[in-house]
Amino acid sequence: MATRNKLWANIDWITFFVFLLLALLGWINIYAAVYDDSHKSILDISQRYGKQMLWILAALVIGFAILIIESNFYVFFAWAFYGLTIFLLILVLFVGVEINGSKSWFIIGDFQIQPSEFAKFSTSLAVAKLMSGYNFRFGSPAGLLRVGVVILLPALLILLQPDTGSAIVFASFLLVLYREGLSGVVLFFAALTVVLFLLSLLVPNYLLLVILFLGALAAHYILNQRFRMVYMALGITSGMVLLVALADRITGAGLDPEVIVLGGMIPALAWFLFWISRHRIKRTMVIILVFVSSVAFTYSVDFVFNEILEKHHRDRINELLGIQSDPLGAGYNVNQSKIAIGSGGFLGKGFLRGTQTKYNFVPEQSTDFIFCTVGEEWGFAGSAVVIFLFIFLFIRLIILAERQRSAFSRIYGYSVAIILFFHFMVNIGMTIGLMPVIGIPLPFFSYGGSSLWAFTVLLFIFLRLDASRLDKLV
Amino acid sequence: MAAFSDRKTLITGIFVVVGIIFLLRLFQLQVADSTYKRFADNNALRKVVQYPARGLIYDRNHELLVYNKAAYDLLVIPRETGRFDTLAFAAMLDVPADLFTAELKKASAYSRYKPSVIVKQISHEKYASIQEQLYKMKGFYIQSRTLREYPRRIAAHALGYVGEVTQAMIDSNAYYQSGDYIGISGIEAAYEEELRGEKGVKYYMVDVHNRIQGSYLEGEMDTIARIGRNLTTTIDYRLQEYAEKLMQNKRGSVVAIEPSTGEVLALVNAPSYDPNLLVGRARGRNYSLLLSDPVKPLFNRALMAQYPPGSTFKMAQALVALEEGAITPQTRFHCAGGYSSGSFRVACHHNQSFEVVESIARSCNAYYVYAFRAILENPRYASIREAYDAWREYMLKFGFGRTLGSDLKNELKGMVPTSDYYQRYVFGTARWRALPIISLSIGQGELGITPFQLANYCAMLANRGYYYIPHIVREIEGREIPEKFRVRQESGISRSYFEPVIEGMEQVMTAGTGARSAIPGIAVCGKTGTAQNPHGADHSVFMAFAPRENPRIAVSVYVENGIWGATYAAPISSLVIEKYLNDTISSQRLWLEESMLKANLMNPSMIPVNDGDEE
Repeated sequence: MATRNKLWANIDWITFFVFLLLALLGWINIYAAVYDDSHKSILDISQRYGKQMLWILAALVIGFAILIIESNFYVFFAWAFYGLTIFLLILVLFVGVEINGSKSWFIIGDFQIQPSEFAKFSTSLAVAKLMSGYNFRFGSPAGLLRVGVVILLPALLILLQPDTGSAIVFASFLLVLYREGLSGVVLFFAALTVVLFLLSLLVPNYLLLVILFLGALAAHYILNQRFRMVYMALGITSGMVLLVALADRITGAGLDPEVIVLGGMIPALAWFLFWISRHRIKRTMVIILVFVSSVAFTYSVDFVFNEILEKHHRDRINELLGIQSDPLGAGYNVNQSKIAIGSGGFLGKGFLRGTQTKYNFVPEQSTDFIFCTVGEEWGFAGSAVVIFLFIFLFIRLIILAERQRSAFSRIYGYSVAIILFFHFMVNIGMTIGLMPVIGIPLPFFSYGGSSLWAFTVLLFIFLRLDASRLDKLV
Repeated sequence: MAAFSDRKTLITGIFVVVGIIFLLRLFQLQVADSTYKRFADNNALRKVVQYPARGLIYDRNHELLVYNKAAYDLLVIPRETGRFDTLAFAAMLDVPADLFTAELKKASAYSRYKPSVIVKQISHEKYASIQEQLYKMKGFYIQSRTLREYPRRIAAHALGYVGEVTQAMIDSNAYYQSGDYIGISGIEAAYEEELRGEKGVKYYMVDVHNRIQGSYLEGEMDTIARIGRNLTTTIDYRLQEYAEKLMQNKRGSVVAIEPSTGEVLALVNAPSYDPNLLVGRARGRNYSLLLSDPVKPLFNRALMAQYPPGSTFKMAQALVALEEGAITPQTRFHCAGGYSSGSFRVACHHNQSFEVVESIARSCNAYYVYAFRAILENPRYASIREAYDAWREYMLKFGFGRTLGSDLKNELKGMVPTSDYYQRYVFGTARWRALPIISLSIGQGELGITPFQLANYCAMLANRGYYYIPHIVREIEGREIPEKFRVRQESGISRSYFEPVIEGMEQVMTAGTGARSAIPGIAVCGKTGTAQNPHGADHSVFMAFAPRENPRIAVSVYVENGIWGATYAAPISSLVIEKYLNDTISSQRLWLEESMLKANLMNPSMIPVNDGDEE
């Protein structure tokens, strides 16, 4: 019984109480979001708030069950969980029920369950198991390939449902891999890709070419600390571009600005390549390669955006970036959401006094847009408290992860922190118009049993692993 | 992997940076920028509930029994009202000024943003006259509702009434909201879901001046109201009206059923009330008046009054005795002016022996005491208690001691005691004997049968052994009536045993206790009875079906304090039957109709005195 006693003493109660606080705050806000005069009791289980109370109670029972199981169990059965999840994700494509256009749900009697929610913890277990193995090395292509398959397989299956929002969550593993030694270059390129993607949609291509060119010069200066070459490159290239522009003006050909810039840049680039090949400056070579592939990427974005993405995705991204404004169409949700949050002011309108979140102006008030109720009724002060709580929780999880002796526990802990963070970032970012509308829940806050339980399982397995951090794990 | 542990700083840094970006953005939206507050003000939405009209209710020949008339509720959104003259407004609406101000205060306390009803059910005429001025009142709205109207003023208990939902109903059913109407009794309650239809909601965008800017999201969120389904009942309104007239100034009930279908042709309670009293603004006041009335007009006697059935119970005993082999149609029992065993005595008034047929025709008590002893002491059963249990099973099959499962609300079970009951209260540890429970044989003792059950039992006799669960709705517009009403309910008695019993019932009318109520040209089979009443004069009971072959109507009549079945219940039954089968009352029976219409049992001095014998 000694271990059992140690268990309760070793649990990180701080994390537990933050979890409980977030779940209760969520419950209160769900009550306010779907409040109905004729069903005033918060315990009325015919309403969402009454149901959420039941989900929270059930989540506590699930959490307790997870804590009293030996921690080795999760290490030992990591692959079994993962295998079961993959099986369910395949099964749901065949026997799942289509809700809102996605085949994501199993419906058994009155009970609905979404296997993609549980894929998050099982994939985390699998990644931790794989990467904590003795023979695992990031350096080898085989190692990277294995991790990549483990992460991408569930993501692809979820994409087939299709549930883009839940699939994108798997991108969070990139940060986990980075912590475990993945080259920072990969992270840099991932960030560059996202930035380029956005910029290529936002600014005209010729301007982007100029930006990229200036970026390349800046990188060159930072790496080589040689002003002379920067001046030279700038002078030659702008000279070439001006030349082409002048020719265009004189002949009256009326060329596209994009063609003019490219027309000036390509000869300049050719000259540079020739010059560098004689001086053998390796770093500059790399910069030029990145520059060229960035330009190529820019041109492929248009293709991907117009040919591969679906219309509602395009609309949401366009709306977010302000390219297309349609407050009653695709931008409706975000616009109403911003109005609701913005109308809250500094201290909010007060509990149950929100007008925007009551009258169905804001869609999905109790699920994806639950943060609107916080913003409207509790104002900036209340929103800040919620954001502090979440950030506190994430940092706490990182601290816990770093104190683990076993690589398995540490990797799993990072996965938990980063997956939760990703949901937080996308969900709240969406409600305040900083992220496109991607329907993923706010952890512990949003209405719904499936997601609450999945997040509870995710978190409590880590609490259990952390509680036995002093033991030797398999 | 300690080598990479510095990378935690970058990851933590990302968390913090995102948190700070969010806080800055929230500060911008919520504190720095006031445009969103303005947007929110413009974003007012008005939700207008569309109340569907309740379904209409018809009689079996498609005569209208219940329809709707328009009424209007006045709503207020306190935040939107400007300055106005409360007194003048209240006067215009015909509402006491203090009540009006109190309602306004209540509405403000409830919500400044949401509409509250402050004056309910303004009549169509009133509304027409004030419509012009109302238009100018900011913050006040009209919502149209419908109220029930009963053109024939009959069948109040069967039709039931409609009232506002209570908080308990709102809590138990998410469909209802404060101020909604719901069927509270009778058909209105039993067929609430069919009658009410489906509410609709329309959302309008309104500006700060509360002018409608158009429908919200192009009506995408609106739901269309679906009007209620019309019902065709099984009631024959002429029969119902006639029976109600016959029962005037009496207490009791008439239940008429079509045996071949189980359809309820008439369901009369006396005294009754005008259903129009329980409608609209006067409902509350009238309801409490009716509730406090000593003659209990709200009491649904037909379904809820439980009387001992008296001699009408004898046919059931004969049938069970025959089926159980306790007697044969030829078995004779001798009546020596009653039945005696030691100090125990059941009175009767014959001095001869009878077979089944005559025992019914002459209503011999002694015969049934013998027959019941034969049932209880049947050697087929190991004990009297077992025989009693078997007997009780038959009673349940006949529809006694349980609800029949009709579509009428408030059906009561009545009482046929279980053997446990007798074990506990009568026999205790002693051995079971037949004598202490022998009065059951003549329909007395611990028995409670409702008029509804008695009519159903009569229909079962008319069908020679089965019945259909009695029901009051024939057709639901666009829907089937429940399947259970079309399933034969078997009595468990062989068809052949019914003939002597029915022969006896016909002789009741030709030569027996019901002879005064015979109808020329119609073979009526009936049975009189007297229900013992410990509180005063006994009740007059009669049940009958007609014609003998292919019966079309089965009737039970109770007249409280009428004593003999033959005095009131039998004539009323016969008139109801004659009216239904022939549409008119034959000239040689007009005197009987006249005397029934005139009979007044509400006045204590008119109540006849009970002077002895059993029927």
